[in-house]
Amino acid sequence: MIKVKNPGLQTTVQDYGRIGFYEVGMPPSGAMDKYSYTASNLLVGNDENAAVLEVTYLGPVLEFQQDAVIAITGGEIPPKINGEPVSMWETLSIKAGDELSFDFVKGGARVYLAVAGGIDVPQIMDSRSTYTLCGIGGLEGRALQAGDVLQVGTDHHHVVKSGTRILEELIPVFSKRHEIRVVIGLCSYRLTEESKERFFSIDWTVTPEANRVGYRFKGERLNFVEREQPFGAGSNPSNVVDLGYPIGSIQVPDGIEPIALLNDAVTGGGYATVCTIISTDLNKMAQIKTNEKVRFIPVAIEEALQARKEHKQKILQMKKHIEGNLEGQMNG
Amino acid sequence: MPRYEYGGDEFIFVELAEEMSLEVNFQAMAITKKLREENAADILDICPSNASYMVRFNPDSIHPDALISKLKELEKSVSMDDFEITSRLVDVPILFEDPWTHEALIRFRDRHQDPESTDLEYVARINGFESTDALIKGITDYPYLVSMIGFVPGLPWCYQMVPREKQIEAPKYVRPRTFTPERAFGFGGAFAVIYPVQGAGGYQLFGIAAAPIFEKDSKLVDFKEDMTFPRQGDIFRYRSITREEYDSIRQQVEEGTFRYVTKDITFKAQDVLENPKAFSDDVLRRLYS
Repeated sequence: MIKVKNPGLQTTVQDYGRIGFYEVGMPPSGAMDKYSYTASNLLVGNDENAAVLEVTYLGPVLEFQQDAVIAITGGEIPPKINGEPVSMWETLSIKAGDELSFDFVKGGARVYLAVAGGIDVPQIMDSRSTYTLCGIGGLEGRALQAGDVLQVGTDHHHVVKSGTRILEELIPVFSKRHEIRVVIGLCSYRLTEESKERFFSIDWTVTPEANRVGYRFKGERLNFVEREQPFGAGSNPSNVVDLGYPIGSIQVPDGIEPIALLNDAVTGGGYATVCTIISTDLNKMAQIKTNEKVRFIPVAIEEALQARKEHKQKILQMKKHIEGNLEGQMNG
Repeated sequence: MPRYEYGGDEFIFVELAEEMSLEVNFQAMAITKKLREENAADILDICPSNASYMVRFNPDSIHPDALISKLKELEKSVSMDDFEITSRLVDVPILFEDPWTHEALIRFRDRHQDPESTDLEYVARINGFESTDALIKGITDYPYLVSMIGFVPGLPWCYQMVPREKQIEAPKYVRPRTFTPERAFGFGGAFAVIYPVQGAGGYQLFGIAAAPIFEKDSKLVDFKEDMTFPRQGDIFRYRSITREEYDSIRQQVEEGTFRYVTKDITFKAQDVLENPKAFSDDVLRRLYS
């Protein structure tokens, strides 16, 4: 068991996500930075879909009431055990009675804490991920609170040696300026050519409205091509007949502030979407903070697929390295 | 001509038409139904929407261009002539001009096109109804096709089964509200919706549904299989109720005894398109028989 002494700003239970229910309006939720999430599970010998804690900006204080193997990955929010700094991206042993806490964030925005066996909460629609808007999944459908007690599950295959580290070249480096690749399309025909050009040539600033639902950006006003609105769309030039929103899609309600939809986003609505963040860069989005700068880079679909392949290669490399550091197999 | 678009490397978005119509909605339903029947392992989500549809796929097992080719082939093979929908007729009780959505719309008056009127007064006026009662009658006289589900779990977009010239249209708020009560009944574009949970929203607020359409604990019989009640293809009849009936339904919901009045139905899309009024009249007769 793990006791929550202080929950941090927004700490939730997340796994790979609630996949396959988009048509009823259920977003996938799940870990926002899947790269770091996967690394944390691999480091403790877990199933790749095991539930972990996603920590945002300000870390929790947790008291372990059992011996455990843990790993902390993601943004740079330096962890400490009983006040002593410990490494990220490394398999750690923690003893019953030990306290895990975090320093202030130095880079990135989200940290993943995996415990060997996974965080054990009930599965809702095949997933343990927390979706706070509707109050489902995770621990009672909400972020952690002081006094909560988390159970450790049995979602692990291997025992990984303490001190096993992710190879240095596979650990991401975080800055305050970001390039996020997108594929243009969807309803991009609604933007004027000039606005399309501006969208890709200015630095967008992340507003305080940046969470698991989506990120809102400040920059400059964009304009839509004038037209008589199609029947059923609504009167604003940014309106379209309500349609599905891909995860990672970007819309610009009234042309004022672009919004990138993320893991807990609304699945559809009536605003023209103009491009979609490539799946690989959704991991990067998760590590961006309010006031940081983002430049959107248009790429062709082949480049998006290539980036995805490279991402898979890195995960494979991690796996191979960790397989060389096993102490044994788990039974069952 | 449909427009095929990449939604990043994991989605394909297909716009069948820019404007809404019953015909194009049925087309989206027919295509996605056929796609669903194929049970393709590389497809994760099939999301029909109002005048478009979207597919989430695994690009590690199928190239997006191969999927687009496949969708184009499939669309060619779909015929609307014999397309049948099996769904439910549902009686959906609404308390119009209720105190809860009234409070919400007053709170956000500065985000509205017409701060001097209520949402119902404003929409009645711009649609040429002589009173709010006449607008309510317009909304409740004819049933709606549930044309899309989404936004949040279970929210039904509902499109009235009447000819174009009888459709009610309303703009969305100038700036969206940050608060909408749970079960609020709203209207935006050509769509009526019920908000399943409390949250943001931009549709005009007309009233509140007495019964839930989303229930995470699945206490009521109607939610035993799914947390969400509405399904695309359902036919909803919004019925104006009194405060007394509203309170009585709320009590039944609390006690766990509420159940929607429904009738199973199989209908031809062509029958709706050929004579929406006759179809609607027939539907209402069957629902309350």
